[in-house]
Amino acid sequence: MRRWLVLVLLIATPVFAVQPDEILDDPALEARAREISQGLRCLVCRNENIDESNAELARDLRILVRERLVAGDNDTEVLDFVVSRYGEYILLTPRADGANLILWLAGPVLLIGAGTIAGLFLRRRRGGEAEQALTVEENQRLVQLLDE
Amino acid sequence: MIIELGHFTLILALLVAIVQMVFPMVGAHKGWRSWMAMGEPAATVQFLLLGFSFAALMSAFVTSDFSVKLVADNSHTLKPMLYKVTGVWGNHEGSMLLWCLILAFFGALAAWFGGNLPETLRARVLSVQAAVGVAFITFLIFTSNPFVRLAFPPMNGQDLNPLLQDPGLAFHPPFLYIGYVGLSMSFAFAVAALIEGRVDAAWGRWVRPWTLLAWLNLTVGIALGSWWAYYELGWGGFWFWDPVENASFMPWLIATALLHSAIVVEKREALKSWTILLAILAFGFSLIGAFIVRSGVLTSVHAFANDPERGVYLLAITAIFMGGALTLYAARAGQLQSKGVFGVVSRESALVANNVLLAVATFVVFLGTIWPLVAEMVWDRKLSVGAPFFDAAFTPFMIALAVILPIGSVLPWKRAAVGRVMRPLWLAMLVAFAVAALAWTVQAEKSLIAPMGAFLAAWLLLGAANDLWTRAGRGNIASKLRRMVQLPRADWGRIVSHGGLGITIFGIAAMTAWAIEDIRVANIGDRFEVGRYEVSLDDVRRIDGPNYISTIADVTVLRGGRVEAKLTPEKRFYPVAGMPTTEAAIDNGVFRDLYVVIGDPQDGGGWAVRTYVKPFANWIWAGAIFMAIGGALSLSDRRFRVAAGARKLPSGVPAE
Repeated sequence: MRRWLVLVLLIATPVFAVQPDEILDDPALEARAREISQGLRCLVCRNENIDESNAELARDLRILVRERLVAGDNDTEVLDFVVSRYGEYILLTPRADGANLILWLAGPVLLIGAGTIAGLFLRRRRGGEAEQALTVEENQRLVQLLDE
Repeated sequence: MIIELGHFTLILALLVAIVQMVFPMVGAHKGWRSWMAMGEPAATVQFLLLGFSFAALMSAFVTSDFSVKLVADNSHTLKPMLYKVTGVWGNHEGSMLLWCLILAFFGALAAWFGGNLPETLRARVLSVQAAVGVAFITFLIFTSNPFVRLAFPPMNGQDLNPLLQDPGLAFHPPFLYIGYVGLSMSFAFAVAALIEGRVDAAWGRWVRPWTLLAWLNLTVGIALGSWWAYYELGWGGFWFWDPVENASFMPWLIATALLHSAIVVEKREALKSWTILLAILAFGFSLIGAFIVRSGVLTSVHAFANDPERGVYLLAITAIFMGGALTLYAARAGQLQSKGVFGVVSRESALVANNVLLAVATFVVFLGTIWPLVAEMVWDRKLSVGAPFFDAAFTPFMIALAVILPIGSVLPWKRAAVGRVMRPLWLAMLVAFAVAALAWTVQAEKSLIAPMGAFLAAWLLLGAANDLWTRAGRGNIASKLRRMVQLPRADWGRIVSHGGLGITIFGIAAMTAWAIEDIRVANIGDRFEVGRYEVSLDDVRRIDGPNYISTIADVTVLRGGRVEAKLTPEKRFYPVAGMPTTEAAIDNGVFRDLYVVIGDPQDGGGWAVRTYVKPFANWIWAGAIFMAIGGALSLSDRRFRVAAGARKLPSGVPAE
C-alpha cells in the first residue's frame, strides 16, 4: 500500500480540464476563451477538445488562447494563429473552403435531392388514385347493395 | 481443459454454421424439403455450441485463470466479481465472441418462432443469418481468438481499464450488440425476400418485430453509454459525436427509418423496395460501426483494438455483405410491385418525409465521420470533424422531424384533409409557443436553444396526447377512456415513444442552454455560491478501495440555508492499470442534477473544485427509456404474436 501511495504522488498528477488559475478575470473574455477552446482539438488526445481535456498540451493551448485574447486578438485572429502553428487538424469545425464544401453542402443538397425524388414519387402514386375511385355504375351497385 | 473445450465448440460452431448456410439455401432453390429442414436444428446447435464456448470463457474470467492470455491481459484477482463477469466483453476478443453468440441466438429465435413463415423464406433467412455467422466466427478464430493460452502464466492480471469498471458500462455492450446484431435479422429477411422476389404485407409484419427488438436494445445501449459518459468521463457531457458514438447512432437512425417504412409495407404494400434498401443499409451501418470501432482507422476515445489486419478483415466482411446484397437489390428491386396509392397529404407521405429526413441525417453523420479519412486520402488535408460540425449539420433535420411528427402521426392513410387534422393541433401549437415564451423569459441569457427545445418538447408531448385522444374515437369521456385502454399496444407504443422523443429533446436543450458551471480553488471549510445553491467543502480524505486508492471529498450543498445534498466526489487511482479516474458525485433530481468533481490539490493550498448545476439532465435518458418502453409495448402487440394469421388471411389486415 505504501508503494502505491508513492506511485500516486509520482504519477497521478493529471491536470484537470480548465484549472482555476487559468480563468481570466474578465468574464466576457473568459466566455470567449471557453467558446474558442471548445472548438479546438486536443492534439495528443483521442477525440477531445482542449476545454475538456486533462492533457498537459491542452492546458498549454488554453493558456495560449487566453494570452492572445488578452493581447487583444479577435476570435478569428486567435483561430488563425493557432492554425498557423498547429495546422488545420486542430479545428473541430472544418473550414468551409475547397473540398470541405462537399462536407458542408452535403446535407442541404441531399435534402433537396431526396425531397425532389420523394415529391415525384408521391405525385406518381397519386396518379393511380383515379383508378381506385368507384365508377358511376359501381356507385349505383353499392347503393343498391346497401338498400337491400 | 474447459478452455480447450470452449475452443473446440467454437470451431464446431463454425462447421455447423457452414452447414446452416449451405443446405437450406440449396434446398430452398431446388425445392428439397429435407435440406430446407436442416436449418432449424443447425441454428439451435450452433447457438448451444457458442453458448458453451462463451460460458467456458466466462469461467476462465471468474476463476482468474491467467494461463489464458485474454484473462491475463484484462482481469485481476482483486477486481470485484461483477467486473470479472462483465470483463468477458470488456475487450475485443470477448466482445466479438458475445457478438457471435447473439448472432446465433437470433438465428435460433428465428428457427424456434419462425413456424408461421413460408418454408422457403424461413430456410433462406436462416441461411443468410448463418452466412453472417460464418464470416464473424472465422474472423474470431483466425484474427482474435479468445482462447489462446500463455506458456508462462503471470501471477496476476493486468486489470480491466478502470473506466470500464462501472455498472453503466458493464451492461452497455450487450444491449448495443443485441441492437447491432439484431439488425442482421432485418438484413436476412431483406436478402431472403429479394431471392424469393416477393415482398408483401406479411413480410412487413414479419420483419418489424425483429427490427423493433434490435431498435429498442440499441436505444437502451446508446442511452446507457451516454449516461455513463455523463457521470464518468468528467464534466457532464453526454454526447461527443465521437466516431464510435456515431457508429452506434447511424444504425439507430436507419433502424428508426426502417421501423416507420415497414409500417407502410405492412399496412399499404407501398415503399417496398425502399424498405428493403433500408433493411440492408441498417445492418450495413452496424458492420461499418464494427469496422470503425475495431480497426482504429478513426481516432476515438473508446477504440478497442488498433489492428490493421482485423480492420482489413472487417472491411472485407462489410464489402462482401453490402456488395452482395446491393447487387442483388439492383437486380431484383424492379420486380417489387408497390400496390397502394395515396394522396400527397396522407400518413404515407408523412412517413416518406420521416424517412427522407432520417436517411439524409444519417448520411450527414456518416460523411462527417469518415471525412477526415477521405480528406487525407484524396486531398492530403489533415483535418478534424468534431462536435461543432455535427451540432450544426445534424440538428436541423431533427427539428424538422419533430415539427412534422405530431401532424404525421394522426394523418389518416391514403388521403387526408390537413384542416381537419390540424384543428386540435392548433391549440397544441399555441400552448407549445406559450411554453417556449416562458422558457425565454425565465432564462438570463438570450439564447434560442432552450425556448426551441421547450417548444418542440411541448409540441411532441401534446401531439402524443392528441394522438391518443383522437385514437380513442368519439363519445363521452368514459367511453373514450374505455377505448384508450383497449387500444392496440402498437398504438400505445407509438404514443409513448413519440412522447419520449419530446422529453429527450427538452433535456438536451435545457442542459445545453442552462447549465451553470463553477471552477475554483477551495480550502477545507470554504463556502461559495453556485447559482442559487451554496456549496461547502467540508473535508478531503484518502481511502482504499478493493483495487484502487481514492481521494474523497465531503461536500455539502445548501439551498436557502437548508441542506439540499451531501456529496462525496472521488478521484481514484488504479495502480495496476496506472490510471486515474474521476468519480463525480451527482445528486439526481427531476429538475436539476448537482454535479461535483474534486480535482487536484493546489500549490498554494486548497483543492480544485468544479460544481455544475445541470437542469433537466435526467430527461435526456428518461426520454430514451420511454422510447424503448414504447418499442417494447409495440413489440408485445397482439398482431405480432398472431402473425400466423396474416398469411392465411391476406385481406384480414385490421382497419386502422
